[in-house]
Amino acid sequence: MAGFLLRRLVNYVVLALVATFLAFTLASATFDPIGVLQQRNPPPPAASIEAKKRDLHLDQPIPQRFVTWMSGVVQGDFGRTITDRPITDELGRRIGVSLRLFLLGITIGILFGVLLGVVSAIRQYKFSDYFATLFSFILLSTPVFVLGTLLKMGAQGINDSIGSNVLIFVGEETPGFQGNWFEHLGDRLQHLIVPTLTIALGQIAYYSRYQRSSMLDVLGSDFLRTAQAKGLTRRKALFKHGLRTALIPMATLFAFGFGLLVVGGTFTERIFGWFGMGDWLVTGISAQDTNITATVTLFVAVCVLFSGWLADVLYAALDPRIRVN
Amino acid sequence: MTTSEIQFDVPADPVVEGPVLQVEDLHVSFPSEAGRVQAVRGLSYHVSPGEVLGIVGESGSGKSVSSLAVMGLLPSSARITGSIKFQGRELIGRGDSELSKIRGRRISMVFQDPLSALTPVYTVGDQIAEAILVHRKGAVSKAAAAKRAVELLDLVGIPNAAERAKAFPHEFSGGMRQRAVIAMAIANDPDLIIADEPTTALDVTVQAQVLQLLETAQEVTGAGIVIITHDLGVVAGFADRLMVMYAGRAVEKGKVDEIYQQPRMPYTLGLLGSIPRLDVGEKQALVPITGQPPSLTDLPPGCPFAPRCPMVVDACHTAEPPLIEVDGSDEHHAACIRTGEIAATDAEGAEAAAEIFGAEVVEEPEIAKVPREQRDIVLGLDHVVKEYAVNKGVVFKRRVGTVHAVAGITFDIREGETLGLVGESGCGKTTTLMEILGLEKPMGGEISVLGTNVSSLDSKRRFEIRRDMSVVFQDPMASLDPRLTINDVIAEPMQVHGYSKDAINRRVPELMRLVGLRPEQLSRYPGEFSGGQRQRIGIARALALEPKLVVLDEPVSALDVSIQAGVINLLEELKSKLGLAYLFVAHDLSVVRHIADRVAVMYLGKIVEIGEVDSVFDAPRHPYTQALLSAIPIPDPVKERQRERILLTGDLPSPANPPSGCRFRTRCFLHASLPPEKQRTCIELEPPREVQAPDHEAACHFAQIRQVL
Repeated sequence: MAGFLLRRLVNYVVLALVATFLAFTLASATFDPIGVLQQRNPPPPAASIEAKKRDLHLDQPIPQRFVTWMSGVVQGDFGRTITDRPITDELGRRIGVSLRLFLLGITIGILFGVLLGVVSAIRQYKFSDYFATLFSFILLSTPVFVLGTLLKMGAQGINDSIGSNVLIFVGEETPGFQGNWFEHLGDRLQHLIVPTLTIALGQIAYYSRYQRSSMLDVLGSDFLRTAQAKGLTRRKALFKHGLRTALIPMATLFAFGFGLLVVGGTFTERIFGWFGMGDWLVTGISAQDTNITATVTLFVAVCVLFSGWLADVLYAALDPRIRVN
Repeated sequence: MTTSEIQFDVPADPVVEGPVLQVEDLHVSFPSEAGRVQAVRGLSYHVSPGEVLGIVGESGSGKSVSSLAVMGLLPSSARITGSIKFQGRELIGRGDSELSKIRGRRISMVFQDPLSALTPVYTVGDQIAEAILVHRKGAVSKAAAAKRAVELLDLVGIPNAAERAKAFPHEFSGGMRQRAVIAMAIANDPDLIIADEPTTALDVTVQAQVLQLLETAQEVTGAGIVIITHDLGVVAGFADRLMVMYAGRAVEKGKVDEIYQQPRMPYTLGLLGSIPRLDVGEKQALVPITGQPPSLTDLPPGCPFAPRCPMVVDACHTAEPPLIEVDGSDEHHAACIRTGEIAATDAEGAEAAAEIFGAEVVEEPEIAKVPREQRDIVLGLDHVVKEYAVNKGVVFKRRVGTVHAVAGITFDIREGETLGLVGESGCGKTTTLMEILGLEKPMGGEISVLGTNVSSLDSKRRFEIRRDMSVVFQDPMASLDPRLTINDVIAEPMQVHGYSKDAINRRVPELMRLVGLRPEQLSRYPGEFSGGQRQRIGIARALALEPKLVVLDEPVSALDVSIQAGVINLLEELKSKLGLAYLFVAHDLSVVRHIADRVAVMYLGKIVEIGEVDSVFDAPRHPYTQALLSAIPIPDPVKERQRERILLTGDLPSPANPPSGCRFRTRCFLHASLPPEKQRTCIELEPPREVQAPDHEAACHFAQIRQVL
């Protein structure tokens, strides 16, 4: 099994390289950073434009530029932005911001999504099931920026009625905040609540639908009846034998949901002014910055492929039938 | 609790007088879109301690629903009224937590499908231990329960139990899983065991093992047993009393011998008459019960069996007949107003059924009078081989083994003849069939159809020759495209082979009539037909091109017994009328004995015995044939109790690694009884097929006749 997972990992490294190369080529071929420079008013001197071209290796063919950039990446240097700041410095901070936002949102989303799905399935065609279904469909059909804006307005309303700024929805911390680590934590939490809710609500809606149908499949199964025939109460049989089996098909969803959301959360980051990876991708494209675009793409590829790998591991952990020797 | 002699039942069960289970006037109904389904309508029965009650009926008769009601396992939408008293205590109205203390402790259950009855994600040992722990929390340690689970697995005959307890359900074969479920059922020494079709999904040899095990379980626990089945053979030797159910009610009940010898309700008669008998040599008239069981949403007044009954009179439609005493016996009851007249017929059991239902023996085809050697060979197989490679690796596949699915089989089928091909699942029956239908050059050996060697065919000839050969599949639900009308289904082969529109329009209604369906129904879709009717449609499609050979892959095994007889009769009539030859693949040897002229027994990709059907069944030479035949229950309680069963041990070995020499030796009782020097012959030499009698060959070094019926 370990060997199998290791081989998978090697395959993924190749895939990540291919994805990044394609993104790099596409960005290099379409971006025109010099054109932007030349249109400045007053136009910069020809010498500095030439220098910029050299800095950006625009005199080299694209594959060679990629090799140059990649050899830096291998040593931990992701190159410089168009504004000549090292990408590596910003990368760590931005990954941290994104993970903080999404790890919490997804964890809450999975937990409550599964719970809601299970309740829905067990109480199929009862009021609570219809309610959960309605809740999910409304949320799934609401674009994130609408949901985010609505939640902002709600938070503002709560703040106004309390009379103090409890729920903060701009940025990830108060700039220039002074205090000990505990107060810092409190400040960050205040910033975290509304954006996390934005992410979690959509995730709950999404996972609950899948969990409901996978649980319904299990509800009619013979082994659940066997468990009850042994003397387990219905509730115990449902959780110990039913839910445990119904979670297996969810493993892939959980894993890939995580991988895609880390960058799919661009809207959420922009709405709440969080400078994470999604925000960076938009910034990079609008600045016609190949290095940022390629860096974020590499990060996405790694996230997605790691998720795939995680799905394999989860599957093997949950389902003894596919554990191979 | 340190010794291995763990006695769990320290406090003795309170001794309760009277029956273990007493069901009175039970009604169960479910909501449905068409209205309330009255699944059980006024059912009363009892089970005494240590007694075996058999409940027999077709699907939808309410037999399973009534047992689930006893267990309290019906969905909450079910409405249950009446009384279910277990050891004198009323069960109806008790909550889930109260019932869960009785379930698995005092009443336990064995389900139909062992493949899905175990939770796939926990080990078998853990699941058995759970049955103990859930009732004795605190009193029994986890380690003690695990140890007890191993003892139980050992008791139900799982070899190497300590090791196997750590296996997951998917690593167990169907028979082993059913053993594990039985181990769970007896774990807490229950007073009542309900077995719901415990052997239906299993091979005959495994079925015999499981029935034997249930008998052992009853001896060990002294429990009363309710065994539910649709197969009258299974319960004949096992049950003490029998209850026949139809449309949610008991229509006949009594002692097993009385019901088999003097059935007093036409439905029971029909059921008995519809089963082909393994022990009847001469041609037997099979009773088909026409029509369908009634819908349980809106029953008309009167006897629910009346629309299908050959003895129906006007009075039958006025009121539903109650269960009345018959033959002056206070044990035997039947729900029919004409039981007196049934009692007046001289014949007994199945013969009375044939008389009352007017069933006749289907005539032999004309061609059968010509000696076999003078008829043309329709299909010939000569040392046909089919192997599958077992590969490993994702990018670079390498061959790590070979599955010898078909290891050189030889047989032929002549004009107007039926060859039955039988064996356990995994023996290579289906692979053989696919090789024949594929019309491709086999990996080894030769296949010839109507005298033409298939390896010499070009694609045009191959297409032409397909006309002469057609197939009917096992599952009538899956083998018809649900989006085509019946007309399109039957016309399709003719369109493919370029028949003119006029010819097709003439032929389709003709085919419908031929298989006993009305041409007016041609514009309907398969979903509107019952299983038996769909199988008739499948047969009509197979006959469209006027083939010489029809390959039948388990054509009746998915059908209810009463329907099955009608389809078998139809197949026989068609054969006689059209002079067809059949290759009939089946696992049910009784059906094969009834319909086939010759039979070939397969084991692990080889034919071990082949010959004229009566010769093989009456004087089987190969130990495997003997074991197979002895495993088939006979619907006759007296004969059944006297029979000595040959129980095969274990399951079929893997065809990827077949035993050396004789492939059957690992499970062979004869081999086990031989002195070592003779055993060496079995291990080292593969037995050749040798002539034992006229048209009867067997492949065994030590072949000898053994009567098993």
